[in-house]
Amino acid sequence: MIPEIGHFAVIIAWVVAMVQAVVPLVGAQQRSFRLMSIARPAAYTQFLFLTISFFALSYSFATNDFTVKYVANHSNSYLPIYYKLSAVWGGHEGSLLLWAWVLGAWTAAVARYSQALPITMIARVLGIMGLIATGFYAFLILTSNPFERYLPHFPVDGNDLNPLLQDFGLIVHPPMLYMGYVGFSVAFAFAVAGLLSGQLDSAWARWSRPWTTIAWCFLTVGIALGSWWAYYELGWGGWWFWDPVENASLMPWLAGTALMHSLAVTEKRGVFKAWTVLLAILAFSLSLLGTFLVRSGVLTSVHAFASDPSRGYFILALLSIVVGSSLMIFAFRAQVLKRESNYQLVSREVSLLGNNLLLIFATGVVLTGTLFPIVMDVFDLGKVSIGAPYFNMYFVPASIAMLFLMGIGPLMNWKKFRVAQLAKPSVIIGIASVVLSALFLVLSGWEFRWVVAVAVTSVFWLVLFSMWDMYNKMSNAKAGLWAGFQRLSLSYRGMLLAHLGVAMTVLGVALVANYDVERDVRLNSGESVNIGGYDFVFNGVKEIQGPNYNATQGDVEVILDGKSVTRLYPEKRIYFVQRNVMTEAAIYPGLFKDLYVALGEPIGDGSWAVRIYYKPFMRWVWLGSLVMSLGGVVAMCDRRYRMKIKQRLMSGNTAVASGD
Amino acid sequence: MKARFILFSVPLILFVVMAYFLATGLEHDPKELPSMQLHNAVPPFELTSVDDPSQIITQADFKGPALINLWATWCPSCRIEHPVLNQLAKAGITIYGIDHTDERQAAQAYLKLHGNPYALNVFDEEGELGLDMGITGAPETFLIDAEGIVRCHHVGIVDEKAWRDVLWPVWLDVGGFDPTKSQSGATQ
Repeated sequence: MIPEIGHFAVIIAWVVAMVQAVVPLVGAQQRSFRLMSIARPAAYTQFLFLTISFFALSYSFATNDFTVKYVANHSNSYLPIYYKLSAVWGGHEGSLLLWAWVLGAWTAAVARYSQALPITMIARVLGIMGLIATGFYAFLILTSNPFERYLPHFPVDGNDLNPLLQDFGLIVHPPMLYMGYVGFSVAFAFAVAGLLSGQLDSAWARWSRPWTTIAWCFLTVGIALGSWWAYYELGWGGWWFWDPVENASLMPWLAGTALMHSLAVTEKRGVFKAWTVLLAILAFSLSLLGTFLVRSGVLTSVHAFASDPSRGYFILALLSIVVGSSLMIFAFRAQVLKRESNYQLVSREVSLLGNNLLLIFATGVVLTGTLFPIVMDVFDLGKVSIGAPYFNMYFVPASIAMLFLMGIGPLMNWKKFRVAQLAKPSVIIGIASVVLSALFLVLSGWEFRWVVAVAVTSVFWLVLFSMWDMYNKMSNAKAGLWAGFQRLSLSYRGMLLAHLGVAMTVLGVALVANYDVERDVRLNSGESVNIGGYDFVFNGVKEIQGPNYNATQGDVEVILDGKSVTRLYPEKRIYFVQRNVMTEAAIYPGLFKDLYVALGEPIGDGSWAVRIYYKPFMRWVWLGSLVMSLGGVVAMCDRRYRMKIKQRLMSGNTAVASGD
Repeated sequence: MKARFILFSVPLILFVVMAYFLATGLEHDPKELPSMQLHNAVPPFELTSVDDPSQIITQADFKGPALINLWATWCPSCRIEHPVLNQLAKAGITIYGIDHTDERQAAQAYLKLHGNPYALNVFDEEGELGLDMGITGAPETFLIDAEGIVRCHHVGIVDEKAWRDVLWPVWLDVGGFDPTKSQSGATQ
């Protein structure tokens, strides 16, 4: 009964989404206030029904209803309750339901927090989101129904959730990632609505900005969580594999980052309009492409989702309709956009454009690397897979160029800027960065590598320039530095914080990628090995029992200078149902290094293969991402996004009377 | 204006090209290569029997038309389909077993307890044969014709419905022995 309610609720949400798509868009065309005012209630209603549906599926999981196919395939009565609930998005159908629910949530949020927008704009935005929802819910209902039953012969117990996914990472990673992915649909809807109405001015950019930023924050955290999860759960000690599924989330992130910065230019100066709109379309298109790549099985990946060509064709058709039609609208409507101000070659506008081009270049690199195997396959040139060297070759120089621009960009003035003003700070900060980076590398005692030296120098360059710029802006206040700091706008502080996060992540990546130590050793009970200055003493293994698995647990004591630092307990688990052997690494995390121990295979005579890693600055990769998102949140809280801008817009040429 | 229109059409054109590759890419399933496709013969193997470690079974021993059922003692769904397999075997349908990544003693005890529907039962300890056959899990059932060519690949439980709707039509098509007509068949 409950699954049928859930199924029925999705269908209602689908129908409501159609109404939300058609009626307000027609209303906006006919200037009919009554038709347009359907948009908000429709948005709330479809969200309500999706929530009901989501609860119904969660309920089926919680109560072990194995008559539901999806539950039987992804759960088991032995599974702990928190994994039962997160198993809701542990497979294809359920994760699409989550996708749909997140889209419903964003739609409802736009409906709720857009009181200041003119009704035609909100009708178009919600209408376009309704169109996307209609397509997606159709995909969900027609090809991937999570409520399908196994009747009358249903299994007595479920097939269990893939042990890889029985983890805290799975509980939080997909929802965050989807909040980011799907969140770009808001910026997309704003862009297409802007193209349709012809209103693409600074007010439009100001509406889009907070939505884009918050989606970007979610995506940043989502990607970082995914990387963190892969790091400790896969047992290889890797944190980024350039895997197609990872690339699928990185591409919208890069495009979304470009979009955030381009929106800033469009808001402040009324230029780069077509470019900004294109980026908004691109960011969401890449989110959809990511969904396609992950869900269609067109690429193989460590994530290994079930592939089904009929789903692939459906989602490709959806992708083509959404992206193709929006790009067609773009081709016809973007040519009439006019810039509202002028700028010179050396200006903040152009500096931001440079940043945009670098980000889009990076997106192109990832896209090419991800799709190249498909192209090769189509031409029957064999199956290839593009590895890390290809991506690193482009990403390392692009990141360093980006850090360089991020340092000087905020100092530049809008419109025009005299390069001479940069000469003195550049020389001072340049020298200081080189000295600090040399000092840092000498003190750390690592072997010298050019790429690390350049990366660390550019990190210092960015940090010092940001501090210098902040100091200048603060010291303008007569009442002292603190008063000056308080006068800095939240969006400026957020920007600096986010840039600091980028610096942290780049530093972490540069150091851990170059100086990590990985050793596979054979250890008998009582033997020890020294890695990275630490003694790892192996104290043998014992058998333990978990809620739904048996495990062999190793005991490794870590000793530094004769003192015990920590004891690590890596495990090899055998899950009851799927009989998969899972390596559960034991990690001793630290701000400046991670110690990572994974248990390999027994090698007879009581000794074991043990894999030990020493990973310097590992945490900085993810901490930096958190700081970036925090910066985004701070920037989004800027007062001007909350100002009532309605009155000013009402006098604009596109605003219509809100009462009839 | 015209120049701008052409410029602004570039993203659309790029997308169309990409969509073409994605569409054709869909027809090239990357997972298909190592896995077994329909209309291919059973991949060559040389493994021991579950019942007798000294007995070697190869692909030549699988004589169609017959079912090849991939099972394991650790697989709960296999227990569900087991009575159906017993029934089919009793009706005279040949079923070959592939015991997938299992323990021999557990498998022998299991068959003793639940009955043994398998004419031959291959002990695929490492799961290599299963992988060569392109399985995604257990249980899975293949139907081979008299030439040993796989004609049907059913993923999941063989219950009465799956037998009737999925396997039975193919079974008749390959000229398999029809238990419902066994009486009339005997008189001819």
